[in-house]
Amino acid sequence: MQIHTPLTDQVVEKLKAGDKVLISGTIYVARDAAHKRMVEALDRGESLPFNPEGQIIYYMGPAPAKPGRAIGSAGPTTSYRMDPYAPRLMQVGLKGMIGKGNRSQPVKDAMKQFKAVYFAATGGAGALIAKSVTSAEVIAYDDLGAEALRKLEVEDFPAIVINDIYGGDAYQEGIRKYASSDT
Amino acid sequence: MREIHYDNIVLAVERLCVESNYFLGDDVLKSIKQALQTEESPVGREVLQQILDNARIAREDEVPLCQDCGYAVVFVELGQDAHIVGGDLDEAIAEGVRRGYQKGYLRKSVVAHPYSARINTQDNTPPVIHTRIVPGDRLRLIVAPKGGGSENMSALAMLKPADGRKGVIDFVVDTVRKAGANPCPPTIVGVGIGGTAERAMLLAKTSLLREVGKPSQVPADAELEKDILASVNRLGIGPQGLGGRTTALAVHVESQPCHIASLPVAVNIQCHSARHKEAIL
Repeated sequence: MQIHTPLTDQVVEKLKAGDKVLISGTIYVARDAAHKRMVEALDRGESLPFNPEGQIIYYMGPAPAKPGRAIGSAGPTTSYRMDPYAPRLMQVGLKGMIGKGNRSQPVKDAMKQFKAVYFAATGGAGALIAKSVTSAEVIAYDDLGAEALRKLEVEDFPAIVINDIYGGDAYQEGIRKYASSDT
Repeated sequence: MREIHYDNIVLAVERLCVESNYFLGDDVLKSIKQALQTEESPVGREVLQQILDNARIAREDEVPLCQDCGYAVVFVELGQDAHIVGGDLDEAIAEGVRRGYQKGYLRKSVVAHPYSARINTQDNTPPVIHTRIVPGDRLRLIVAPKGGGSENMSALAMLKPADGRKGVIDFVVDTVRKAGANPCPPTIVGVGIGGTAERAMLLAKTSLLREVGKPSQVPADAELEKDILASVNRLGIGPQGLGGRTTALAVHVESQPCHIASLPVAVNIQCHSARHKEAIL
């Protein structure tokens, strides 16, 4: 399924755990340190360096771009480290997250409450994923280096829906299908 | 006494940092191709194919396999009849890491203090260096960049001797189960058994340097590797945790004697981007 950012409720409602999607448009990039700063800014009553309404945050810290390239290798980082911050961002309009690995129950609950979806990209396929990034720029927290807040333009970025707004979980479904009872 | 110059160590480490990050080993590629033949899950097969495509792109374009170019872990075997000249060994290794991560467009992923300001050191130093003095007059260097996602799933248990072989299997399988999709499966599960707490973890890490899937030379450990691998692959986690039979490509066990009161077991999980390259000077 092709989807474009920003995401509307209508699009989010259609997405189900296990759906393969190709994402195009603008996405934002932040990981541990940038999340800490964004949530601290919100707690002080300030606005974020970008308008989060309908947007997707990709949990990623790229390798430096070689000359003539938009970005270096650019695969997902493990998402649970952003769990303490994610509900706060959904509260101000974030509609999607891309990473890898399980989310906590409070994050899954917030996804239902605020109608947001969690996608996974293939971890360790950073060279492949970088091919779908057409441009990248640092928009805030430059001092964080690989952890700076970035804005990317992507075309047909490959991802899979892990958690939908209905409580579906592609990781749990996968294990249910393939686990043997005698472990 | 044979002399080995500082500059040659710097050059070797620089090259190994770059090559380990760009070029996935043939043993890993072979193991993933085998998994592609046996994996039952369609999405699992797709992931395995992406991993192979990614390795081809990294090799052809000379870019890192993964944006997480790792913490630079360097294993050193220094012959007792060799003499390092022109500077300090550890500083030569650090300088090689500095240059390799800069020139190779590799991500710098080290912060100066673990829990205070967490300011990036900007050159991926300091490395973690494990040095052993061995017979001979050569210097063997192995650079093994380690990603944070898989390293974070490490675990140590100081079991009771009464827990025995079954206790070891249960702890390792449970560690892999809890890690789920986090460490980028299919993984290589490094298991260190025996010694002391810190030695067990070093054994686990060292086991990851072995050719993927090559059985231990110790018959009991080779049997244990087979049994743990079978159990781990019954968990159903699969490639990237999306369900499937290939949760681990291999289990590597290293063991050594331990105290009469102890049964230390350490698990160090390696993601599918199992990177290490070596040089002998």
